Amino acid sequence: MLSIKNLHASVEDKEILKGINLEIKEGEVHAIMGPNGAGKSTLSSIIAGNENYEVSEGEIILDGEDLSELAPEERAHKGVFLSFQYPVEIPGVSVTNFIKTAINEKRKANGQDEMPANEMLKLIREKSELLEMDRKFLSRSLNEGFSGGEKKRNEIFQMAMLEPKIAILDETDSGLDIDALRIVANGVNKLKNENNAVLVITHYQRLLDYIIPDFVHVLMDGKIVKSGTKELALELEEKGYDWIKSEVVESQKS
Amino acid sequence: MDLKEKLVSSFMAFEEQIDVTSQLHDVRTLAIRNFENKGFPTKKEEAWKYTSLNAILKNDFTVFPKNENAVEFKDVKKYFLHEIDTYKVVFIDGIFSSFLSSTTHEGLDVCLMSSALTKPKYKMVIDEYYNKIASKEETLTTLNTAFATEGAYINIPKSKIVEKPIEIIYFSTGIENALMLQPRNLIIVGENAHVQIIERHQGLHENAVLTNAVTEVFAKKRAIVDYYKIQNDLPSANLIDNTYISQKQESRVSVHTFSFGGNMTRNNLNFYHFGERIDSTLKGITIIGDKQHVDHYTLVHHATPNCESHQNYKCIVNDNATGVFNGKIYVDKEAQKTNAFQQNNNILLSDKATVNAKPQLEIFADDVKCSHGCTIGQLDESAMFYMQQRGIPKQEAKALLMFAFCNEAIESIKIAELKQRITKIIANKLGVNLGFDL
Repeated sequence: MLSIKNLHASVEDKEILKGINLEIKEGEVHAIMGPNGAGKSTLSSIIAGNENYEVSEGEIILDGEDLSELAPEERAHKGVFLSFQYPVEIPGVSVTNFIKTAINEKRKANGQDEMPANEMLKLIREKSELLEMDRKFLSRSLNEGFSGGEKKRNEIFQMAMLEPKIAILDETDSGLDIDALRIVANGVNKLKNENNAVLVITHYQRLLDYIIPDFVHVLMDGKIVKSGTKELALELEEKGYDWIKSEVVESQKS
Repeated sequence: MDLKEKLVSSFMAFEEQIDVTSQLHDVRTLAIRNFENKGFPTKKEEAWKYTSLNAILKNDFTVFPKNENAVEFKDVKKYFLHEIDTYKVVFIDGIFSSFLSSTTHEGLDVCLMSSALTKPKYKMVIDEYYNKIASKEETLTTLNTAFATEGAYINIPKSKIVEKPIEIIYFSTGIENALMLQPRNLIIVGENAHVQIIERHQGLHENAVLTNAVTEVFAKKRAIVDYYKIQNDLPSANLIDNTYISQKQESRVSVHTFSFGGNMTRNNLNFYHFGERIDSTLKGITIIGDKQHVDHYTLVHHATPNCESHQNYKCIVNDNATGVFNGKIYVDKEAQKTNAFQQNNNILLSDKATVNAKPQLEIFADDVKCSHGCTIGQLDESAMFYMQQRGIPKQEAKALLMFAFCNEAIESIKIAELKQRITKIIANKLGVNLGFDL
């Protein structure tokens, strides 16, 4: 479904991604782990179309279509969702109004009529219950004064509303206490089906106890240096990243 | 002959035509002398450093509109509120239009300055309030004082809650090639009384207009005044708005200024405190482009203890436009426990747009809370990316962000229809159709 081929990207002439290859199929959960500064957030931003990065080589293909030339909103309309590590506060725009606008823009782009108000309300109720969100929360300004946990829950709520094909969760576990983590993970798991896929980007293994990955990749210095199954995540948790670093150095030598 | 000479030399003829025996004769004579000495302000003066009147003053303005010009209601309907009933004081080219107005003397006075200045029954009120808080030094205010004959006169008696908002609208027809208007408003709000006022200056045809308006507002003990200024005029219009507000104890006065149109707009907004526990609120939204120029020059003079003032000015500047904010706060030695807050945020949308911002705090009391914050920036790119990621196209995302930026001043509009109107004007201004009301 999503295939990334030989992706090179830079910001202000500094190369951050140095040839990423990644194949994600329907129904799969992939995790990308790696030390700080490895390029994890850059990769998620680039998939979502952030124009601050320059893609110098390679391609990102979703369902056979190259996303490279598409604006962030066009990628969103095609089913790319990025849960932000730091969701932005937008005073004066309520959670409900924001998600209504987002849904109707997506429908418009896909040639559908606006969602009828009663249907929208029903959907909002259903999905907010899934994330155990207070109704009052929905009329508050988007992310304004939200706690870290509320922001992340709101991200997954939006994901649930938008039903993306590929959901990228960028450090979704940061700033979450264990209860919030469980609620968020539970939300993601319920949304998961055989037609979509999830890419979890994380520094720690903790979230992967709740969202079980099919594949784990280690990103270091702009490259995926090792791939494996969920056991790899546990190994990383235990041993840190240094052993991989030396393994990589060894393999380069030989 | 330049405009100053033209004005000064025509003063004698003007006074004779009015009434030389009137007690206002002395007030006007002093005023014209002050103007004659000082003339129009230039950029050399600190208060006018960022705003030049030079180009505007080159127009050959007609200073005494003679003709009573008519306009059709259907042509101006859109400038009034529709959904709710209002009092209306309407002028066309400086002359009162009884046809478009809806005045009253029942339980309150909503009527004409010309009546108040000439009829004996208003003499005591005029003696007590007219030109009492307006500056006798500031040159443009004195120019208005010298020539003013017409405007809105509003007097709300004690404990009167005025249910209907009052709309004061000055239309200019553009029949004259260039017209100078000097309207004068006097608003007295009695103890415990409450009133909402909307003021608008609106050209109907693209010919140069220079309006030099003076408004005096007296808010007595515990009075509540909500004043809204809508500045969305044609590109040929220039407005100098001089507003002076006198507040007695426990009164609450708010002035919202919405500056979207016009060629040059200068707002001189002055608050003076005479009593304790006064609350003053000044909010402004400015959204301009092309070569527009909007200058907010505010003063809050805290002279008494335990009072508060809140200023919040937001400005979005595109193209070659210029926004200016100069906010003065004086806190006298006696004004202990003052809370004075000032916030001024600016967004530049183009490389050629300019913002000049200058907070000016002079504090002589030692137990006060005063703060000011000023920012000049571009639209937050990470917020743009966030919204686009959720499928909201760039143009809408931009508009949504600008709405969010202005939101505080929109939210505090207490007249629902006006709030919708302002929201709509902003949406038009930003060139988007938002899917929902904010």
